[in-house]
Amino acid sequence: MLYREAGQFKSSYAADSAILPIRQDRIGLAIILAIAFVVIPLAASPYLFSAILIPTLILALAALGLNILTGYAGQLSLGAAAFMAVGAFASYNFVLRVPGIPLLLAFAGGGVMAAAVGIVFGLPSLRIRGFYLAVATLAAQFFIVWCLTKIGWITNYNSSGVITAQRMQIAGITFDTPQEKYLLVLTIVALMALAAKNMARGNIGRQWMAIRDMDVAAEVIGIRLMRAKLLAFAVSSFYCGVAGALFAYAYLGTVEPEAYSLDLSFRILFMIIIGGLGTVLGAFLGSAFIVIVPILLSVAVEFLDNTLHLGVPSSVGSNLQLMVFGGLIIFFLIVEPFGLARIWQITKEKLRLWPFPH
Amino acid sequence: MLSFVFEVAIGGLLSGVMYSLVALGFVLIYKASGVFNFAQGSLVFFAALTFVGLTEHGLSFPVALLVTLVVMVIAGLLIERLVLRPLVNQPQISLFMATIGLSFFIEGLAQLVWGANVRGLDLGIQDEPIAWIADRTGVNVSKFDLMAAAIAAVLVTGLGLFFSRTRIGRALRAVADDHQAALAVGIPLQQIWGIVWAVAGLVALVAGMLWGARNGVQFALTFVALKALPVLILGGFESIAGAIVGGLIVGCTEKLAEVFIGPHVGGGIEGWFPYVLALAFLLVRPEGLFGEKIIRRI
Amino acid sequence: MNLPAPSVVVSREAGAGTATVEPKTPSRRTGDVLLAVDQISLAFGGVKALSDVTFDVVEHEVRAIIGPNGAGKSSMLNVINGVYRPQRGRIRYRGREWRGMDPHTAAASGIARTFQNIALFKGMSVLDNIMTGRNLKMKASFVEQAFWYGRARREELANRAKVEEIVDFLEIQHIRRTPVGRLPYGLQKRVELARALAAEPALLLLDEPMAGMNVEEKQDMCRFILDVNEQYGTTIVLIEHDMGVVMDLSDRVVVLDYGRKIGDGEPSVIRNDRAVIEAYLGAARD
Repeated sequence: MLYREAGQFKSSYAADSAILPIRQDRIGLAIILAIAFVVIPLAASPYLFSAILIPTLILALAALGLNILTGYAGQLSLGAAAFMAVGAFASYNFVLRVPGIPLLLAFAGGGVMAAAVGIVFGLPSLRIRGFYLAVATLAAQFFIVWCLTKIGWITNYNSSGVITAQRMQIAGITFDTPQEKYLLVLTIVALMALAAKNMARGNIGRQWMAIRDMDVAAEVIGIRLMRAKLLAFAVSSFYCGVAGALFAYAYLGTVEPEAYSLDLSFRILFMIIIGGLGTVLGAFLGSAFIVIVPILLSVAVEFLDNTLHLGVPSSVGSNLQLMVFGGLIIFFLIVEPFGLARIWQITKEKLRLWPFPH
Repeated sequence: MLSFVFEVAIGGLLSGVMYSLVALGFVLIYKASGVFNFAQGSLVFFAALTFVGLTEHGLSFPVALLVTLVVMVIAGLLIERLVLRPLVNQPQISLFMATIGLSFFIEGLAQLVWGANVRGLDLGIQDEPIAWIADRTGVNVSKFDLMAAAIAAVLVTGLGLFFSRTRIGRALRAVADDHQAALAVGIPLQQIWGIVWAVAGLVALVAGMLWGARNGVQFALTFVALKALPVLILGGFESIAGAIVGGLIVGCTEKLAEVFIGPHVGGGIEGWFPYVLALAFLLVRPEGLFGEKIIRRI
Repeated sequence: MNLPAPSVVVSREAGAGTATVEPKTPSRRTGDVLLAVDQISLAFGGVKALSDVTFDVVEHEVRAIIGPNGAGKSSMLNVINGVYRPQRGRIRYRGREWRGMDPHTAAASGIARTFQNIALFKGMSVLDNIMTGRNLKMKASFVEQAFWYGRARREELANRAKVEEIVDFLEIQHIRRTPVGRLPYGLQKRVELARALAAEPALLLLDEPMAGMNVEEKQDMCRFILDVNEQYGTTIVLIEHDMGVVMDLSDRVVVLDYGRKIGDGEPSVIRNDRAVIEAYLGAARD
């Protein structure tokens, strides 16, 4: 009853092409943005910021990046974390070696470096497809992280391997408290998500999806495969690079290669599978899922431990987590291969009819 | 000096045999169902862990072996039924990602049941050089490695014969080529897949026991699975011979690179060298040494 | 025995399942040679797909390529549009000469095509699929698209308007947002035609556009093809098995058999050619 398109006519192509053509959706998004930008900073606890909101947003950005490459362009990648690492280390070096550089420029520089590396490791995609390409991205993952640990110049000859990230400062304002970090991350992620959505529904997005669906046909209608694929790698790596920089500066507080392991790459891949391949919303839903489920699990295990006094060893939580993730991946692939985003879409369709059954 | 190179190379070859065993499991499943089973490494881990766990609980070597074998076969059948059958019409990528999920699940389950401590696995053969070879040539060749190579040889020959000579083997190849056509000539698809996964479970057990005896049974064993990927790329995904040759090449070059190039660049090359090698290979010969060229028609 | 004569309107006895439309009027625009293929030979390993095939296509005409299965008709189209590169022979198109074009050059020079086994992008909607046909007309960079301003926005809306014209022309308004994978076969073929038309091609290659269609759908498709040829002046090269359609639609016909050309001329002439009849129907047996 509430959620209906009836009466909303579009009289121009511009109106029809809007990201949110239905008025209720627009209102919904406005409410969510209001909550995100205004309500949460005032109401949330530091724990909520540091442990849930900030990592969800940052990893959603990385998931957006991977989604561009894997979900839209169809190039399977298992190396997202490596590009995050490039972004983090490059940003660190920009801040370190270019005195007075604006922080956002350093982050963008990190993204650009990641994009450059992404293009290099994307070159094999011109000849390799499917899970062969996945193996090539594994090469990227291992090689890049190895480089970052071994090449002294990158780590500023730090012997411990763990570098403390510099404090974040933009135009004199320092971003120290969880609240401030949250707002910074939220702004950056929101803007980049908008850009991603625009690209996805524009010409480049269609080119990527064409390559994903049938690259031979895409070539025949004039799409330049090489350019489009490398662009997908570049943009995807840029997003992952910025996410990596944020990961180091706004979340971990340190810049270390071990944080960008294969495990993180898998997590990001799971995010887009569970969230929904080829959708912007899916990156956010998947990220929230992957960040929150472990916390819920450990809370549940602790609760059981305390109430039932099972004497459960600590490793149970992490093992259960593996099982739950693995099981959920399989579950989603069987039941709803298009992920949470599709479930949301179906819910909206049902909402259109509600409260009527059909 | 030369004998040292030789020694490293032989050591590499023999450790390559281990990779080959893991890769064999991949090839089996891929050959028969077109599924790239990322979870093969976790199956190896699970098998080793189960065996060790059972011996720790007092079962004797042969009994534990038998029980583990049964467990692996059942695991294989369950996987086929619960994970693969529902996904049968989905694109290959989805199946691949499902096996990634499966690998996580199996790892979590294995550690949940048996605990996460590192265990040793004793097969009765020591990892020490064979005296009479060392005395004659000055090259150290480990007894253990030779035994592993022998076991692998037997396994590979057996599997090779199985695929090419028996009726079931032929049916497996038919299924790998075209499911619909295989169904049309009356090949019982589900049974075949069950058999394949069971055999893959067996191979995982053999690989798990050898690896576990060599390196100890620990979580890092799952990373062996990842190493099997370059092996498959070099050898071709569908070739048993390729799995062997690929494994030998990867094992050998990895060790040589680590020993000779490693010190100049800070070490730790083993982690990525096989992948970069595979990448280079993919650019030149995407189907691997023994694989079949894939032709796409529009 | 002759091949079925072009008949007017509905005549089911002449050939069961053949669709017929009004035959083409003789006074139709034709012009200079647009495309000429010269001694094209194409082989895959030991299999000779095409041997020394030579013919030309005149501007604004509808040229049919016919022949038994395996004659090399699709391969011929693939050569024209750059998907295959022939071992020997030349292609002359719009005054330039190639051994083999690459697909991008072909597309950029105004050649568009449809495929025998529908090559649509199954993950996208009808509208998006047709919009991909306009990709060569869209010049805005990805950065401009990311910010949805200026040139990117203008281009997108202008091309949307053009695409909607084609949607109206082919009468597929009701399915514009449907994912293509869900459509029935006949509609998918129409969407593929729309995507090819979206590129505003000078030369349109159609590979069995009516395969698998029922009589009504075939009549619609014939009407669309004729309209495209007459309204937009597009030159059309058409592979088709339905003889009635071929005779009614085309100005000239090329006949291939086992990769060789065995006939070239107007439909009425081809219809009576002995070599063609033997290739299709086999030699007479007693």
